[in-house]
Amino acid sequence: MTEGLSVGSALSRLPELVNADADLVRRGRYVSTTFLIGADDTSWLVGVDEGRIRVAEGPFVMPRWRFALRASASTWERFWQPDPGPGWHDVMALVKFRRLVAEGDLHPFMANLLWFKDVLAAPRALHAVAAGAAR
Amino acid sequence: MSAGTAAEFEPVVGRYLSLEIAGRRHRLYVEEAGSGTPLLCLHTAGADSRQWRGVLNDPEITAHHRVIAFDLPRHGKSSPPEGWHEDGDYALTTDAYVEVILAVTRALKLDRPLVVGCSIGGRVVLHLALRHPDLFGGVIGLQSGAHVDPYYDLEWLDRPDVHGGMACAGIVSGLVGPSAPAADRWETLWHYMQGGPGVFKGDLYFYAGEGDIRDTVSAIDIDRCPVFLLSGEYDYSATPDDTHAVAEAIGTDEVQIMSGMGHFPMSEDPERFLGYFRPTLERARTTRDRN
Repeated sequence: MTEGLSVGSALSRLPELVNADADLVRRGRYVSTTFLIGADDTSWLVGVDEGRIRVAEGPFVMPRWRFALRASASTWERFWQPDPGPGWHDVMALVKFRRLVAEGDLHPFMANLLWFKDVLAAPRALHAVAAGAAR
Repeated sequence: MSAGTAAEFEPVVGRYLSLEIAGRRHRLYVEEAGSGTPLLCLHTAGADSRQWRGVLNDPEITAHHRVIAFDLPRHGKSSPPEGWHEDGDYALTTDAYVEVILAVTRALKLDRPLVVGCSIGGRVVLHLALRHPDLFGGVIGLQSGAHVDPYYDLEWLDRPDVHGGMACAGIVSGLVGPSAPAADRWETLWHYMQGGPGVFKGDLYFYAGEGDIRDTVSAIDIDRCPVFLLSGEYDYSATPDDTHAVAEAIGTDEVQIMSGMGHFPMSEDPERFLGYFRPTLERARTTRDRN
């Protein structure tokens, strides 16, 4: 087990993880939107353009987004563990146990839920990379 | 099956059963295999009898049981009854669900069958044990909870600007345990992707509201109708705590949490599930035969 990824380092790597995954980009070809990820008092805007993403770290003066996913930094860090355990392993599990709040216009999120779940879980792959580099 | 091996039929036979349910003619799709003590299998909300493929194909179980799995009306290959287009929004009720199970039990002349159900099936078996304890030889609840704590707006499951199949699969994907084999995970999700419009949502009318059994579950008499409970560790819909609460309310020690598994044990990882299910089923059969 590697140390938990910080939210900032995980999200800074998110574009390369998603955009290099041709199948994920293909599955997201009808997704174009902007959403916010909140962790404690910090926020990031994730822009999606036909399945490709870019990430900007706040603070923002007047952020605009369709929907926001907010959780504590420790929740995100645990969610990105390779084996987070029951109740931490899926975005909807986080919602069920009131660890994550999804707010705003959730239409793009719910209409493409399988895709967003895979995008949000993508940083788990960074653990595999880190473990490989350590060997 | 790997490429190059001979094609072969499974020992599972599927047929259509024409019968009257609540005064309306239905054509239900029924699969069965094996012979012996009848075991009636109830699928989850928004899915169908394909979830039971592992149990229907297990020679250890079919050596002792006539295993029967049917698709609820509107699910799988059981079309809704004539006139469904004028019925308004589909919403499963406890009475309607119990009536379907009784109608199938009568039609197939099943004598005190064991019933195993998962999720909504794991809930309705509690209603069966409460309402009709002498008609059933025992019930096995998978992912049984007396109620479910809502955690999303059901509206997303059935509206024209969201693909219902993809939304249903998206909602349930995390309910599959993380160690499930990819083939069985995606088989399970495919069933959800194939559900008819509003069917999963209509089933959840029972699961998330009308079928709440918290007030009466403790009245189940497990001496008349034994109850066995198996639940997956990763289920955040009907949680292990929910299942333990049912066990405590009815006073049974027959409760086990299945490590690594989620909400669809028989479908998401049939082999691993059978390791838990076979001994439980054997105890259920022995208890039934003694009563």
